[in-house]
Formats: sequence, structure tokens, C-alpha cells
Amino acid sequence: MGVFVKGFIITAWYELMDPSEVRPLLKKKTTSWGIFWFIFGLFLPGCFPQNSSQVQSLTIAGSTSVQPFAEKLAEIYMEINSNKVIINVQGGGSTAGIKACQEKAAQIGTSSRELKVDEGNLNKVIIAWDGIAIIVHPANPVRNMTSRQLRDIFSGKIANWKALGWLPKPIYFVTREEGSGTRDAFEHLVMKKIPISDEALVQDSNGSVREIIASNPQAIGYISYGVVNRQVKVVAVNSVQPNLKTIKDNTYTLTRPFLFVTLGQPALPVQKFIDFVLSKEGQGILEQEGLVGVH
Amino acid sequence: MREKIIEKILMILAFSAIGLLLLITIFIFREGLPVILKVGLSDFLFSDQWAPTNGHFGILSMIISSLAVTVMAIILGVPLSLACAITLAEFCPRRWLLILKPTIELLAGIPSVVFGFLGVILLVPLIRDYLGGPGLSLLASSIILAIMILPTITSISIDALQAVPLLYKEGALAMGATHWQAVWYVLLPAARSGVVTAIILGMARAIGETMAVIMVAGNALKIPTSLLDPVRTLTSTIALEMGYSSGDHRTALFAAGIVLFIFIMGLNILANTLMRKK
Amino acid sequence: MILLNAPGRQTLMKILLWILTGSTIGILIFIIVFIFYHGLPQLTWTFLSANPADMGRSGGIFATIVSTLYLIIIALAFATPLGLGTAIYLTEYTHEGLMTRLIRFGTECLAGIPSIILGLFGFAIFVMAFGWGWSLLSGGLALSVMLLPTIIRTSEESILAVPQEYREVAYSLGVGKWRTITLVVLPSALPGIATGLVLSIARSIGETAVIIFTAGSSLRFPNSIFESGRTMAVHFYILAREGISMPMAYGTAAILVLLILVINMSAYLIMRRFIKKYT
Repeated sequence: MGVFVKGFIITAWYELMDPSEVRPLLKKKTTSWGIFWFIFGLFLPGCFPQNSSQVQSLTIAGSTSVQPFAEKLAEIYMEINSNKVIINVQGGGSTAGIKACQEKAAQIGTSSRELKVDEGNLNKVIIAWDGIAIIVHPANPVRNMTSRQLRDIFSGKIANWKALGWLPKPIYFVTREEGSGTRDAFEHLVMKKIPISDEALVQDSNGSVREIIASNPQAIGYISYGVVNRQVKVVAVNSVQPNLKTIKDNTYTLTRPFLFVTLGQPALPVQKFIDFVLSKEGQGILEQEGLVGVH
Repeated sequence: MREKIIEKILMILAFSAIGLLLLITIFIFREGLPVILKVGLSDFLFSDQWAPTNGHFGILSMIISSLAVTVMAIILGVPLSLACAITLAEFCPRRWLLILKPTIELLAGIPSVVFGFLGVILLVPLIRDYLGGPGLSLLASSIILAIMILPTITSISIDALQAVPLLYKEGALAMGATHWQAVWYVLLPAARSGVVTAIILGMARAIGETMAVIMVAGNALKIPTSLLDPVRTLTSTIALEMGYSSGDHRTALFAAGIVLFIFIMGLNILANTLMRKK
Repeated sequence: MILLNAPGRQTLMKILLWILTGSTIGILIFIIVFIFYHGLPQLTWTFLSANPADMGRSGGIFATIVSTLYLIIIALAFATPLGLGTAIYLTEYTHEGLMTRLIRFGTECLAGIPSIILGLFGFAIFVMAFGWGWSLLSGGLALSVMLLPTIIRTSEESILAVPQEYREVAYSLGVGKWRTITLVVLPSALPGIATGLVLSIARSIGETAVIIFTAGSSLRFPNSIFESGRTMAVHFYILAREGISMPMAYGTAAILVLLILVINMSAYLIMRRFIKKYT
């Protein structure tokens, strides 16, 4: 189709412009035509959609928690398959990913929370387990909190660090946006029906939450354990520190599954990628990045 | 014959602009109206309960936040812009003006995300450490927005001031006024409609800004009670929740979009009428 | 002692004005200098020619440059014929009346639509309803709606600036209306039209809200316009917001600001030459 469009444009151009008369009038004719064809040439490959059987295209959309890991897996998978598969990884949040899957905008939806009742008709595969880490600024001396304290902080009941044994400074708590799987898991595991106060600062990805905590000594937030880095400190919950072991045997209670969600049985190329993720190699990559494998 | 065809083609193209506008308007209204009808217009606009998962769709706190941020940005930005405009138009050697005015206009091209980024890195810690609060705040958003709309307001104001007939200024000077008095008592009032237009356009830009605001506003749902409180504007809400919303929630976001749209459209029409009245 | 009489007040005001103006320009210059200071050192050849790796932590930004290029080309490809056609129609084929006022009204309203609304619109129509998904095509089309008013406005002004004599000479030689437009009017108006296009390019480079919702944010090198792609501005936004890599973020910001400044400056120079030609 692209060829016809271009042919049409060229003939229309010639019909309407009659270059033989235009040529003497435009001074830098050769360069402007040169630029025109150069851009055309650049554009040429872009007009042909990759629907041919030679190169497969896969869109994975959803959880921002899963996103960095999905991207890593995609990168390696594409290398292994010498780029015969193109995998596009998008964020948007768990709910967005599940919706994208339902609306066929993505072949795989990723989620960092369990599926809800009205999403039950989707096919789901657990690819890893992740902990929700409670993080604070490195200068914050608080090392441990109970679930109840967490709940009170995020519902606004406890508003000052002195209640936890630190300086009398206000607590700035950061939460994820409503469609986030991480938030959903947090609400499910910690808040238990008590709503998060609307004074909470809201950010829309793990990375941005982490950034705020890293730069604000009085801040506290929750992110995926796999995304924790040296700039923030992890607080133990109910005296259990999250690490690969405690997440695996569930002594650290704030754990949730990472899901790959598909609409019905996945097509062959999709299934092959899922198999790769579940394979020893795929799981090895995930564990290296801080997740807990499914085996 | 060919001429006729060409004329028809061009006419169709010309109506594309208004056609698109119609399309967008109809589309947004169609997507957003259902929830307004469901929840009731007054509830939608005046309730401060925004909890989409529970069926609450009140956007009052967001309207207030958007307005607060914009008004603050105007309060901070207009004096500076006007000062620049007056200086450049009146108290500045011609040569300097030729360099400085384009410089200011060039700076209007800096992407909003860059402003937001600098806000997060430089401004937010300053506010947090010296003024209190989490830093991500109404104040931070207003300051960033003020800086962003500065070039717009300045540039249009300069044009407005320069458009005032020379007679006015010369008349004032001839009557013994100092340059400053001429500017303050004669030129500015004469350029009033142009300056007001500039301010209105600045407002429209500020209220529609999304990226920079998301980065520095904190996005807390509560209605702000102080400059240092975090805020959530209409634009931030739409941007944050659009990706995953569904059903009534998505419709509600479109409805918020309608409110935004009407407001900005109103401002733009106002500005254009004023500009024409001159 | 400063007398509070008129000349004294004037000096006072002048000082105040210059302080304020100085600070304003100072702030704006500071922004650019800050970005360049941290970012220009990042602009190595590797940075510009390598693809992003490890989620943007290493490698370069080549894929984003290409995505941005594709996006701009698509946006201009749609906006230019539409915009130029409208401008030609408004100036050459009609006189002021209800129709022209309507078209102008439409254009001005279109110009005022905030980017997030366009993003919403683009998402709902191009990504969902048309079924193109997150793609450079969706992004380009949404962007073209945003650029349309600018192109119409600048084209119209430049066409109007072409002296009537040029046209009359052509007519008297028996050249038809359309031929006159393409052979005489347009080439003369070209600098002005080009300015409009160039300004649009500068605007597209910095645009984020519209693009995130329509073109997505995939880091892959875009092999077709139906694929999602991440533009430089979006890449910068994600890098900065998530703290993935400060050096990369600064580098991207630097090249963004650099490109925009250079493009705006060229537009300004073209415009200056154009004005000189006709005054």
C-alpha cells in the first residue's frame, strides 16, 4: 500500500507542479530535491508494516514493576533469536496492562498483583515472586516497623516520626497511583480495607517513588524489592527483612506474584517467549536482578 | 476546469482545521458526558471525593488545585514579565532589544520536561529545606509554571507596547512627563488590551501544562491549604490515571478533560476577542 | 539622597526594572547553562550512535533520535499539505466572510487545545479505535493536529506578504491561478512557510504529553511506523523521573535543548531575511 501512496504523491506532485517551469525559479533546486528524496528514502522502510512471517512482533504492556525485568528478558531473548522477534515493552501499570491484553493492544499483559474477579477469563502465568519493600531515606534510623504502624502511617493516623522514635518531623508518605499493581498488593497486604490517606504523595512508577525517598529524609514509601538500590534503605516489617530467602518461604509477608497474562491460549511466538521466561535461563536472569524464581 | 477541481480540493483541506476541531470536541464530549449525567453536574464539579474505584467522581479538589497553581503562577510571573516587557520596549537601546527579545522567545522553546526536571533537582530541595513541607508543592509548581509562561507574556506585551501609537508617548513627554511617567500613566493603559491578552494566553498555557507539573506537584489528592502542600491538578490526574482506567473511571477522566477544555477554550476565545477589539 | 520627585522616581523604577529584567533573563540563561554544563560532556559519538541498553542505563540514544525523526516526518507529512492548503485557500480563493471567519475560529481554537487533551484524543482514536496500538503513526498524527494551527498561521502570513504585483504580472502573462500560486506566490512565500515548518519541528522535539499516550515508550529501534517508539523528550522524561541514569538524562536534555535552540535560531534568521526582502 505504501508504494501506491508514494506513487500517487509523485504523480500528483508532477501534475500540479510542472517542475520544468519551476526549476529555473527555485534557486537551490537540486538541494531541495535531494533533501526530499533523502527523507523519502529514510521513510521508505517505515511504511511497510512488519506483518510478514519473517519478523514477529510482540507487545508486552503493564506493570511498571515488571517492566524493567520484562525489558531485560526481551533484550536477551531478541539477541538469542538473532532479532527475528521484535518485542516492545510498555509500562502503564498492572491494570493498564491487563486492559491492553483484553483489548488486544498487547499480546502479553504484565501484572504485579493477582487478577480480579472480572479479569478471571484471562490466562495467567506466574513468572516470579517479588517482595514489596518499605523504603526510607538512608539517614532515617528506623529499622523495623509493624504492619499496624505501616497502616497507621499510610492512613494518616501517625503523622510524625517521633511516634517511631525519631525526630519530631512530619512523615511524608508516598504511594503509587490507583491502577498500580504494587499499590493494590500493598493495600491488600498491609492496609486491609483502610484507605490510604489523600494526603499521600502520588507517583506513577517504582523508580519515581524511589527517587523521592532518596532525596527526602522524611519520606517513606513502598516499591518492588527488585528495584531497591543503594540510595534508599529497606525497613524490616514485623522484624523480617526482605531478601530472596524470606520472600521465597513467605516469612516476609509482603510478597506478590508477577504475572504474564494472555487472552486465551497464547499464539506460538508468544508461548515461546513465555517458555523462555520460565526456563532455567530466564529464571536465572530474573533471580540475578533481585526477583524470586518460581521453582 | 482544473482550476475548479483544485479550488474544491483546497476548500476541503481548509475545512479540515475546523473539521478536526469539531471532531475532537464531539469526541471528548461524547466520551465524557455519560459520567457527568450519571453523577450529576453539581456533584461532579463540587464534590471533593475522587475515588474512582468506589464510584466517587468529584473533581473539586483538582479544579481548586489547577486554579490555585495557575493564579499563583500569574501572580509570580506577571510582574516579572511586565517588567521585562517595559524595560525591553522602552528603556533599552534598539540594538539590545534585537538580541534580547529573540533570546526570550528562544527560551520559550525549552521543553516542559526539562523545566520539570530542573524543578525537581533544584527547586524542590530548596523549598523543602528552607520553607518546609515535602518540597513537592503548590509553590514549586507555580514557580516552574511562572518561568515557563514568562516568555509568552513578555513577548506579547512587548508587541502590545510597541503597537501603541508614538503620538501617545510624545504627547505625554511634550507635557513634561518623565519617560517613566509616560510609560506608566499613558503607554501601559493604552496597551492594556494587549497586555491582558498576553496574561490570558499565559494562563491558558499554565492551566494546560502537564509534564512539568506532574514532576513537581506531589500529586496528593487533598485540597491544598498552604503553598507548601502537594497538589493534584486536572492535567496530572488525567495523565496519571488514563493508562489504566476503564469504564466509568475512564469516562470520568474524559469528563475532567471536558472541564479543562471548556476552561482553556474560554480563555482563548476571550484573548482573541480582546485582541480583535483593538 | 534620592528625591521622591519625578526624575528620582524614574531612576528608581529604572533600576528596579533592570534588576527584574536581569533576573528574569538570568534565570532563563541559567537553565540553559546548567543543562549544558552537565549534559554537553555526555554528547560523545557513542552516545549519539549507540542504541539504549539496559533500560537506558548504558549505551546511547540512537533509537530515540530515529523515533523522533520518524515522528516529525509523519507529523509534517500530514500537517503541511493540510496547513498549506488551508492557508492558500484562505488567502487566494476567498475574501473575508462567514466562511473564512469560521475557518479562522476553528484554527485558533485548535491552537488552544492543551497537549494532554490531544493525547487523550489520540489515544482513544488512533491507538484504540483505529487499532494501530501505540505506534509512531498514532503519535505522528496526533502531533500533526497540534502543529496544524502554527503552519496555517505562518503560511497565511507569508503568502499575504507576497506583493500583489507579482501575481498581477503573472496573470497578465496569461498564467492560470493555480500555476501562479505554485510558480510565483509559493516560492516567494517559501521562507515564511519554511519558518513555520521549522518552528513546528522545534515544538515537536520538545513535546511529551501527546507522544507518551500515542506512541508509547518502547526503547526498541523502530523498524516501522507501526511500531512503538520512544522520542528523545519521552526518554529524557523517563530517565529523569525514574532516576535510571543521571548522566544519560543530562545528555539527553542537553541534546534536546541544543537542537531546539539551533532550530529556533535558524527559523529566526530565515524570518529576518524574509522580512528584509519585503521591506
